[in-house]
Amino acid sequence: MAGLIKQSTSNTSTYAGLGPLLMLPSWLVVGFFLVLPVSMMLVYSFLTKEFRGGVIWEFSLAAYDQFFFDRGLFGDAPPVIEWTYITIFWRSIWQAALATVFCLLIGFPTAWFIATRTGPNKSIWLFLITIPYWVNLLIRTISMKFLIRDTGPLNEFLMWTGMISDPIHMINTNFAVQLGLFYSYLPFMVLPIYASVERYNFTFSEAAADLYASRWVTLTKVILPFVKPGIIAGCILVFVPSLGAFLAPDLLGGAKNFMIGSLIEEQFKGNAGNWPFGAAVSMILLSMVLVVLTYYARQQSKVEAR
Amino acid sequence: MRKLLTLGVSALALTIGASTANAEGKLSIYHWFEYIPQELLNKFAAENDIEVTMDTFDSNESMLAALKAGKLGSYDVSVPGDYMVKIMAGAGLLDTFEPAELSNFGNISAQWMDVDFDNGRHSSIPYQWGSTSFSVNRDVYSGDIQTTAILFDPPAELRGKINVLDSQGEVLAMASMHLGIPQCTSDRGQLRALNDLLQSAKPHWASFGSDIAKDVLVSGDAAAGMIWNGFSAKARAEGANVEYAFPKQGYVVWMDNVVLLKDAPNRDNALKFMNFLLDPVNAAVVTNYAQYTAGVDGVDGFLDEAVTSAPELNPPAGGAGQFIMACSEEVQTVYDKIWTDLKK
Repeated sequence: MAGLIKQSTSNTSTYAGLGPLLMLPSWLVVGFFLVLPVSMMLVYSFLTKEFRGGVIWEFSLAAYDQFFFDRGLFGDAPPVIEWTYITIFWRSIWQAALATVFCLLIGFPTAWFIATRTGPNKSIWLFLITIPYWVNLLIRTISMKFLIRDTGPLNEFLMWTGMISDPIHMINTNFAVQLGLFYSYLPFMVLPIYASVERYNFTFSEAAADLYASRWVTLTKVILPFVKPGIIAGCILVFVPSLGAFLAPDLLGGAKNFMIGSLIEEQFKGNAGNWPFGAAVSMILLSMVLVVLTYYARQQSKVEAR
Repeated sequence: MRKLLTLGVSALALTIGASTANAEGKLSIYHWFEYIPQELLNKFAAENDIEVTMDTFDSNESMLAALKAGKLGSYDVSVPGDYMVKIMAGAGLLDTFEPAELSNFGNISAQWMDVDFDNGRHSSIPYQWGSTSFSVNRDVYSGDIQTTAILFDPPAELRGKINVLDSQGEVLAMASMHLGIPQCTSDRGQLRALNDLLQSAKPHWASFGSDIAKDVLVSGDAAAGMIWNGFSAKARAEGANVEYAFPKQGYVVWMDNVVLLKDAPNRDNALKFMNFLLDPVNAAVVTNYAQYTAGVDGVDGFLDEAVTSAPELNPPAGGAGQFIMACSEEVQTVYDKIWTDLKK
């Protein structure tokens, strides 16, 4: 996200010598909350598992081996590619991608609508967007479950109106998981897009119209390039947490299939008690997210260079 | 911004101030969710002038993981199931006490004294015992439910409407009983059969969940579900027309135990609490609340009529209940693979 931060070069002389000291808080934060836990995870992923949780301090590649190679039910068959975890990763990536697309489709018009309001209305709309987030995610996910269950108010209402005669089965389906992810992360899409649309100068649209650009061309050639950073930031903010989400899949999807998040949880909290494997899966997930973010940062710096 | 900061700092100061104004002593409990009534904790706190705090867990394994990950030393007592007591003792997570340290020690029922997971009760006392099998909504299905086929080869009415506990140990134990094979078998043919059975049963299941086990039956999201007996009695009390089964192939019997944790910060208070729970009056309060069965003599006079007559708490004579076994590392690795394949 280097592109989002403008470095200030003024006033360096006034604070000369204080530099390292002023850097200290950020180094502490980065060190304590980022470097330390991630390095611990990295180290643990290369250790030997202790039965029923814990690690033995001996180097081992067993965790990564388990991820990539399938040696049969009893662990002594010749190794072939392990599809189990690839399937689980693919499911999570696919769900996160879908959630991102839905959030974008609804989030962009919403952000546009809010950014084009005038006066206090704008703040009221923004305020309304944030209200659900005063409530804990778990509670919100459970309420969603109550709403969409077969005997829930949504189905009861539809049946009362006579539009349907049998309840629409929504709970424990992929639709329910999508709904949960969408509901959880929509504001993360709306807010960054709002921030970039707000900076957009609408005289550009007028200029485009004066030059006989159609509405579609104005949107794709003038507006979208300008708000692109907001869209990309929004997509990342929705995609990344969706990838690791396990509340929505567990509570709304019925926990029938592992997501990356629940697979990792099982290694620490479940019977498996395989900490090195849990750490290895986390590292693989982290690397994937890092690749996406690096790509984004590269794109950003290209934009800045222009 | 500065105003906000000041506000934040003073709020912080307030909370610190509040938490230093203490009762005489403290007790820190690590317990299952929804398993002890708050009034009982209040009673203990008031009688002994002790500030009681409690965190909860939802499976034996998650409790073990939390303790191993550094929580040991912050709790005084915990409430593991039978096989988990053995695992925790083996991992060196338990402290021991002398019977003389508990004046109510003699109240422990004879059948729960010399248990194989803590012979002679040196680290644990009985909390409650009960069983795990499943309940069926009788409005949906009226046929015979005294068979594990309800879960693993369900009748048409129940297909796609079954919740199973999200607990590897209990699901695999029930599946083993359905197949008539021993728990923790290392026989490859039997393990393959176990794997095949679960794969063929899964399409009939609607969801995996433990803490939701009662709610899905009450709300009607599930028409049948694996559940603990007391939880099922509660579901019935909340209006669900459910019947709890004691299948002929077998069901899981368990006992939860209050254990004294190693490095307990308040060892004396922990023993006071354990002694308190061995008093039949208090054990009966837990039983009336959780609707399981106490492991203490003399509770009968204090039990609610609803509890003593509950069909869930009265297994048939000669019932085929089995304790869950803790598997060897070799078998556990295969179990983990079966479980992951089931949920992949």
